[in-house]
Amino acid sequence: MMEEVKEGASALSVHGHNVKVTEALKDGDALTFLIVSEKLSGTGEYHVHRTYEDLEWLQHNLFSQEDVPGIQGVIFPPLPARPQVNPPAKAVKQLGVLALGEWQPYCRALETFLQQVASHGTLCKNKAVETFLTDADPPGKQRARRNLFNRLSQAVEELRKEGHKDVDEFFHAERGRNAVATGGAKNAAERFLDVVLTQQKIAVACGHFSAALHLCVEPGEDPDKQAFSKLCVKLSEVFESMKKNMMNVAENNVNTLGLGLDLESRYQEAEREMLFRRTCKMVEVENARRNAERAKPVKKAAMEEVKRATEDEFGHISKVAKDEVARFQGSRVQMLQRALVRWCEQQLLTARQSAEQLSQHLQAVRALGPRPA
Amino acid sequence: MATSSERSPPPFPDSEDQDLLEDVGGPESDADDGEDLFLSASSPPVTSMDTALPPASKPSDVLMEPPIDSISNPLIKPVTSQTENKPTSEVVSETFDDFFDLTNNITEAAAKDTADISLDEPSDRFVDILGSETPATQEEVMAADVSVAAATDKRDVTNSVTDPPAVGKKEVKEASTAPVINLSVDSSASKTQQPVAVDKVAEPLVDFLSDTPPAVDAPKPSSAAVDLFEDDGSDLFADPRLIKSSKKPQKSLFGETDEDLFGAAGDGVSVAGPLEVSNPTEPADIFTEQGTAAVSSVGNASTVNSKTNGTCSEEEADIFSEATVELSLDSPQNERKTEVKAKPSAPTPSLSATTSHAKPQSSAIEELEQEEEEEEEDKFDIYVSVKDPEKIGDGMNAYMAYNVLTQTTLPMFRNKTLSVKRRFSDFLGLYEKLSEKHGPNGFIVPPPPEKSILGMTKVKVGKEDSSSVDFVERRRGALERYLQRVVNHPSLLQDPDVREFLERDELPRAVSTQALSGAGFLKMINRATDAVSKMTIKMNESDVWFEEKLQEVESADQQFRKLHTLVETLVIHRKELSFNTASFAKSAAMLGSAEDNTALSRALSQLAEVEDKMEQLHQGQAENDTFCFSELIADYIRLLGAVRGSFDHRIKAWQRWQDAQTMLQKKRETEAKLLWANKPDKLQLAKEEIAEWEAKVTQYERDFERVSATVRREVVRFEKEKAKNFKRQIIKYLESLLQSQQQVIKYWEAFLPEAKAIA
Repeated sequence: MMEEVKEGASALSVHGHNVKVTEALKDGDALTFLIVSEKLSGTGEYHVHRTYEDLEWLQHNLFSQEDVPGIQGVIFPPLPARPQVNPPAKAVKQLGVLALGEWQPYCRALETFLQQVASHGTLCKNKAVETFLTDADPPGKQRARRNLFNRLSQAVEELRKEGHKDVDEFFHAERGRNAVATGGAKNAAERFLDVVLTQQKIAVACGHFSAALHLCVEPGEDPDKQAFSKLCVKLSEVFESMKKNMMNVAENNVNTLGLGLDLESRYQEAEREMLFRRTCKMVEVENARRNAERAKPVKKAAMEEVKRATEDEFGHISKVAKDEVARFQGSRVQMLQRALVRWCEQQLLTARQSAEQLSQHLQAVRALGPRPA
Repeated sequence: MATSSERSPPPFPDSEDQDLLEDVGGPESDADDGEDLFLSASSPPVTSMDTALPPASKPSDVLMEPPIDSISNPLIKPVTSQTENKPTSEVVSETFDDFFDLTNNITEAAAKDTADISLDEPSDRFVDILGSETPATQEEVMAADVSVAAATDKRDVTNSVTDPPAVGKKEVKEASTAPVINLSVDSSASKTQQPVAVDKVAEPLVDFLSDTPPAVDAPKPSSAAVDLFEDDGSDLFADPRLIKSSKKPQKSLFGETDEDLFGAAGDGVSVAGPLEVSNPTEPADIFTEQGTAAVSSVGNASTVNSKTNGTCSEEEADIFSEATVELSLDSPQNERKTEVKAKPSAPTPSLSATTSHAKPQSSAIEELEQEEEEEEEDKFDIYVSVKDPEKIGDGMNAYMAYNVLTQTTLPMFRNKTLSVKRRFSDFLGLYEKLSEKHGPNGFIVPPPPEKSILGMTKVKVGKEDSSSVDFVERRRGALERYLQRVVNHPSLLQDPDVREFLERDELPRAVSTQALSGAGFLKMINRATDAVSKMTIKMNESDVWFEEKLQEVESADQQFRKLHTLVETLVIHRKELSFNTASFAKSAAMLGSAEDNTALSRALSQLAEVEDKMEQLHQGQAENDTFCFSELIADYIRLLGAVRGSFDHRIKAWQRWQDAQTMLQKKRETEAKLLWANKPDKLQLAKEEIAEWEAKVTQYERDFERVSATVRREVVRFEKEKAKNFKRQIIKYLESLLQSQQQVIKYWEAFLPEAKAIA
């Protein structure tokens, strides 16, 4: 999403769209991610180890770029929620599909995050990005105050400002659309997660059944018994392959549509945050205007100054925001399409393999054991 | 396997005849002699009685009169007697066999005894019979008539045949044709042998009376005669004590068959009725009398009595060895006895019952024998399906009725297709009848699904939700498989109750099943299991095969239970998946409707449709899992219970054998003590008891071996069926799995271009 890298304008020494998160190393309760990025010079790769705290540091740095005009109009690539080893049920719900498997989905999501950041026209210029991707040592330990910027403050003000009438029809419409899309995407992602979870349960149940069938094998010379034992073994194989098939299906679900829906959901959330920041600024502008009008002559100049500054800022934000929204709309459709197509292709492949296996099993069983009378 | 249907009385099995011939001709060809003596038996009692047992003499006198009357009366209804007798012929012939065997066994022991003593018993019985009938004078007369008729018949037959051995055979046949009770009369008649008039018959008797005490030849035959008498009595006698378990099953059988066969038996039977009825009651009475007499009487008389006891038991043993079904033979008689006792005023129904039941039994024996020859070749051209579950009635009195459809080319059924309405308790009733009849013999009777109060209550309340539909469907399938298993069983298919279940329009309501709820059923199985485990501790298994099998069955049971739980979990997950897929489809549809991009929006709503179809597939898969495996495994858990039940029955037989051995040991010790104490009078009794128990031990041992063999055969069959069954199911399962997978492929193939079309 938003992958258009400005030609030659890259401030990074690496290919932004080629950042990889290759693995997650588990050390006790802490997770460390190995991040690999290709040097622009083509002379090699940077391999760095980063923790979730480092990622938070990066995101904080991106948020707090005071000097970039209109930075608040940017739809910041959403950082996935904090990963937890052995997450409780609640955390699983928050993480969605990212909590599944051995963190591969999470790595994919981080990868997407970093790629989005590194290839973002504005964000990649931040020095923190370069440091984060290339510096062998983890970035400074200064744990900037917990970034509540996006979350808590929003929750409080949201109710007050969310419904605020927008001056711009475009943004008003976008806000309405976004509200629906956020809910829809979140819901879809959750439902899809349920499907995947159930598929995993089925896979496990198939595995158990398959294992239990092995225990039904009876020793003995008796042909009937042997026939039955062979049937059990065969059925066990069938269920084993059903289990694998189901696992594949679940994995496909996670890796394609699951990640896609998750990203969609988080991006809608990010857009909503951006829109909210813009709305806040808009409210700020309105206040400044009012203040300037009512201001006593002594303060009039100062107030006008503030008003102008705020209006300027708001203008920048709106401009950036408009571009961002347009880009976002384009790229999310692309992203979803890719997810759907890949999903479909992989499921098709899995289904065909499974059908092939099943027909082999069927042949084998037919050839087996007591002749059908 | 389809021999003759029970409806037409089966012809005498050749093998039976041969046996009889051998028995009769070989060891004791002088069946005639025996009969001669026997005839005397009816009259001689008077003398012996007078001397030995003063109290018993009175009844005997009374009795004496009626027979004479009957004899003096010309043959009133000879034909009727014949017809009635036929059904029971088999039974009688069997007893004859036994009888002969016994005679061989006993003759030695009996040789010592004087004829008159041995004669006491028959006379007693006779008297009893008559005595029992005296209250109802009418019946008495009837009985007399019949007996006369029988006697005449016999005489005719005997007349025609001159050769002694041939006569023996014929006699046997005749005797067999005559009801058991008639035997006494018959024998008396046969004694005459020459087609002489009634007078003559009376004369020989008298002669014999006078002769008997000193007669040298007499002892042997007389003892035989006694034995013959004993046979009838012994059956009945032995039952209550030894085969209590078998009693019940017979009851049910008895009730059922009689109704059916009653019509077939016809009027002739009704005439015979009173006679027969009187018969069973009498032996029992006699027996008790004998017992008391034995106690009170001193010396020879008492010893004789004890001996008779012994003979009874021996004979019973023989019967057992003869055919598996014979066990059941006994009990009907037993039943009859009780019935008669219960309502002496209305003997006719019971009579019809007796004749009717005897018929199926005999045919069953035949079939069983044949079947054992063919044994493994068990492909029956019969298919049973249970269809159209239908709720009948409202509220808590509602019940489900099913259409039981039978398609068969077997000649024993009336039509190629049969259709009857049956309710669930009818299925349970069938099972109870079958298990009571065949269980003790070591057969594995397929069990029906358990009663489910919860499931049925839901249905009754009328909730048309998926769970009650699911319940009904599950039960329907289980019932169908249950019936199919029953008809696939070569022995069970021959059972009259099975045929009746499949054929008859109206079935008497099965009442006893009411209490058999699911919990009760489980409890029953557990109890059986406990009993088995308890007994296995006591039983030091001599047969490794059984030891291993029992362990296998136990472990298989555990495995199947585990598998069942796992499959049920799988099914639950599948249902969950189906549900989740549906809700994802819904949310995808919502997402699609909210989407601005038209191509994406369309793709998303297509996706929703695909997921809806997937949901159907998952649903189907859940059902597939349920019906292919879950239910199959549940069936097999039940079947394993039945297998254990058959093991249990085998151990019971073993236990009986062991108990008899212990008892024999005790008796021997007693004998040794008596010998030491020098009490010759009691010594005689002890010896007889030992003989009796020795016979029992051999009998029970054979019995045990027979049950063991049956169980073994059944278990082998069970395993064969199991393998076949599972294979069939697995193939079915894989086929449907493959089909649904291909469906999935189709869905994805259809969706792919839609996804690609998003731009």
